[in-house]
Amino acid sequence: MIRLLAALFACLTVSVVLVVAIINRSLPEGNLPAQVAERLPETGVSHAVTAVLLDFRSYDTLLEVAVLLVAVVVAMALREAQPDGPDRMGLANPLLRAVVSWLLPLMLLVAAYLLWAGSSMPGGAFQAGAVLAAAGVLLRLAGVGFNWMEHPMRLRVVLAAGLAVFVAVGTGCLIAGRAFLDYPPKFAGSLILFIECAVTLSIALALVSLLQLAPPQEDGPLLPERRRRFRK
Amino acid sequence: MMGWFDLVLGLMLCATAICVLASRDLFRAIVMFIVFGLLMALVWVRLEAPDIALAEAAIGAGLTGVLLLDTLGYLRRRFTAAVKEEKP
Repeated sequence: MIRLLAALFACLTVSVVLVVAIINRSLPEGNLPAQVAERLPETGVSHAVTAVLLDFRSYDTLLEVAVLLVAVVVAMALREAQPDGPDRMGLANPLLRAVVSWLLPLMLLVAAYLLWAGSSMPGGAFQAGAVLAAAGVLLRLAGVGFNWMEHPMRLRVVLAAGLAVFVAVGTGCLIAGRAFLDYPPKFAGSLILFIECAVTLSIALALVSLLQLAPPQEDGPLLPERRRRFRK
Repeated sequence: MMGWFDLVLGLMLCATAICVLASRDLFRAIVMFIVFGLLMALVWVRLEAPDIALAEAAIGAGLTGVLLLDTLGYLRRRFTAAVKEEKP
């Protein structure tokens, strides 16, 4: 009873504080959408959200990409402590494989389109990366192994590529005598697309690795091609 | 018309959130979490934020759901293994 009352009291207090905070919140000064629209031509992209994410507030996006990379590094470290075993993820279901083989080209196309569309309409690196990662996860669930992901150096290079390219472009701006990540207006559009391409690949691989780094299953099908590979 | 849709959407969002938190069955909670993510994507569309809607549908509903289901499978396997060890 006392615990219930304490919980109720805590809930009520938090609710009251939240309501007061919402009522007394300070509105952002000035008309932000108008400010963004005014400076949009300098960014080389015509979609306001992409301009904010990769130009006006690119530092935030840079750190987001870094957070994702750190998450994968932690997952890798945790995986080291788990016992090793053959890869048994996925179902040996021919129907699933057939559907995936139909879906996969479509998903790759959608990912490429989202990446390209990001500069002028909703889309961009995170969405394209997520669709690409979903394609990878479907492949894994259909029992397709990713041999190339077991090559540690290759995997790490692609994982870090997004952050590396982002930082390299930012540093390049410094060398060119501008502020960090302050792209020269002439190349801003192509630089943003370049960064987005690298970030898309890294995000997709990071999300797939989170699934790939799960501890090996003891049950589940041991598909013939993998059995051969594990014995070797 | 759209106001009613928004109201129903908001209520369903709250209902699925409560289902996720209150469900004793973890599998059911994960499925409700995926439903919650898809409804949330619809809410983002209604708030005229299609960028976030895309990311929410793909990451919030899709990939997080897969990762949670994978974790649940792992935990269940560990649990059954532990039970077997106790009763030889």
